[in-house]
Amino acid sequence: MKITIDGVEAEVEPGTTILNAARGIGGELVPPAMCYYSKLKGSGGKCRTCLVKVTKGSEKDPRPMPKLVASCQTPCQDGMEIQSVSSPEVVEARKGVVEFLLINHPLDCPICDQAGECHLQDLSYEHGKARSRYEEERRTFDMIDIGDKIKLHMNRCILCYRCVMLAEQLTETREHGVLYRGDRSEISTFIEKAIDNEFSGNVIDVCPVGALTDRTFRFKSRVWFVKPLYAHRDCPTCVGKTTIWLHGQEVYRVTARKDKYGEVEEFICNTCRYDKKSPSDWTIEGPAQISRHSVMSATQYKEGIKVEAPKTIGYGNISPR
Amino acid sequence: MEKLTNRSRVVVKKEMTFLESIYLPAIFGGMWITLKHFFKRKTTIQYPEEKRPFSFVYRGLHILKRDEQGRENCTACGLCAVACPAEAITIVAAERKKGEEHLYREEKYASTYEINMLRCIFCGLCEEACPKDAVYLTEELVPSQYNRQDFIFGKDKLVQPLGTSAHPKTYKPYKK
Repeated sequence: MKITIDGVEAEVEPGTTILNAARGIGGELVPPAMCYYSKLKGSGGKCRTCLVKVTKGSEKDPRPMPKLVASCQTPCQDGMEIQSVSSPEVVEARKGVVEFLLINHPLDCPICDQAGECHLQDLSYEHGKARSRYEEERRTFDMIDIGDKIKLHMNRCILCYRCVMLAEQLTETREHGVLYRGDRSEISTFIEKAIDNEFSGNVIDVCPVGALTDRTFRFKSRVWFVKPLYAHRDCPTCVGKTTIWLHGQEVYRVTARKDKYGEVEEFICNTCRYDKKSPSDWTIEGPAQISRHSVMSATQYKEGIKVEAPKTIGYGNISPR
Repeated sequence: MEKLTNRSRVVVKKEMTFLESIYLPAIFGGMWITLKHFFKRKTTIQYPEEKRPFSFVYRGLHILKRDEQGRENCTACGLCAVACPAEAITIVAAERKKGEEHLYREEKYASTYEINMLRCIFCGLCEEACPKDAVYLTEELVPSQYNRQDFIFGKDKLVQPLGTSAHPKTYKPYKK
């Protein structure tokens, strides 16, 4: 099947969603996604950040789709023409979505451990407006310790349901879910029951914001002061391929490796994540791949990297990725 | 030899006139210039007793501000340290415990906040980067020390003392 996104033609398999087709092309036209996660079945369709405009439905029915569609949920059809960043309507809609996502977000980035690798931060920086028009009180919750390793800040949650799906699909027992409805919904375990599954730590990695954070790394450092290295070990339960975050000769935290869309490549077990905090546990492969636009590369000195001066100086002009 | 520039002058040794040869007019001419300076405005000041006002944008010693309720503003976000071109700032964060709400404004605070004053170039980028209105550069100069170790200023020297509420620009921690 042939589709066109922002004037770029691509050949895709039947049943591919627009988002995945755009990711196949790559570049600026890839819609951002906060809730869709390619490794989790049924994810997507909740955050609406991936909205695109379909100007031609298909070869058989060339009428445009009446509204913007969520690209993570809409399958491609033969001859479909899609506008992503080239449509001012889409850009405006994304701004609106970011504003909605930030309505109840506390914006406590200086405190939050996710700052620097937070998808919501990137999203609002690249696609959002500088100001919010929201004047009412934000909803607030108390922090919850889910077990001794995970901290849940419900204030920061954007209800993407990724963690719920992960718990449902990766593990045999479902231990947490979303309670209540509408703007009262919150992620919770049954009466704060601890999640003690061997793969439960992956909810930290799939969380796009700082709602679920690692308690063993809590306030230890900022992500841009620790050095990410790819490392592996022989693990009986998981693949053992991870990113370790070094500070001097100390492993501050261990996470799964993430691709350029911030998605985990292979899920890792809790033993690798929480218990192997010594460099001698790991075989180090080399420095992790980090976009040089990321704040994390601000403190990493590598040889042979030339830093280009920004073309324009000012907020909002920094190109993504 | 050809001249490289036309700025050089050829020295001529000519005979002095009578007035020139007694030197007195030149001496009195010089004395006259000296005398005139007695009645001119002085360009120097008597430094320790007298001090020039600093410019309002002068950047001197740092302070870590407290808010109106005396709580430390700094939340150890690390933006000053990453903005610092001289890498003079070191921060260690800690979590606020129950009962410390009157000491720290946010749930995280800096348990160690050190600025190496020998490294610091007083560019003020930390002040600009701070999202919590915590770090300011005052008009105070960094006092001289005998040891290098003494130039590493910790929280004991940087945090604004309790009870003071002066504007950060006019705040003088070392003034007697």
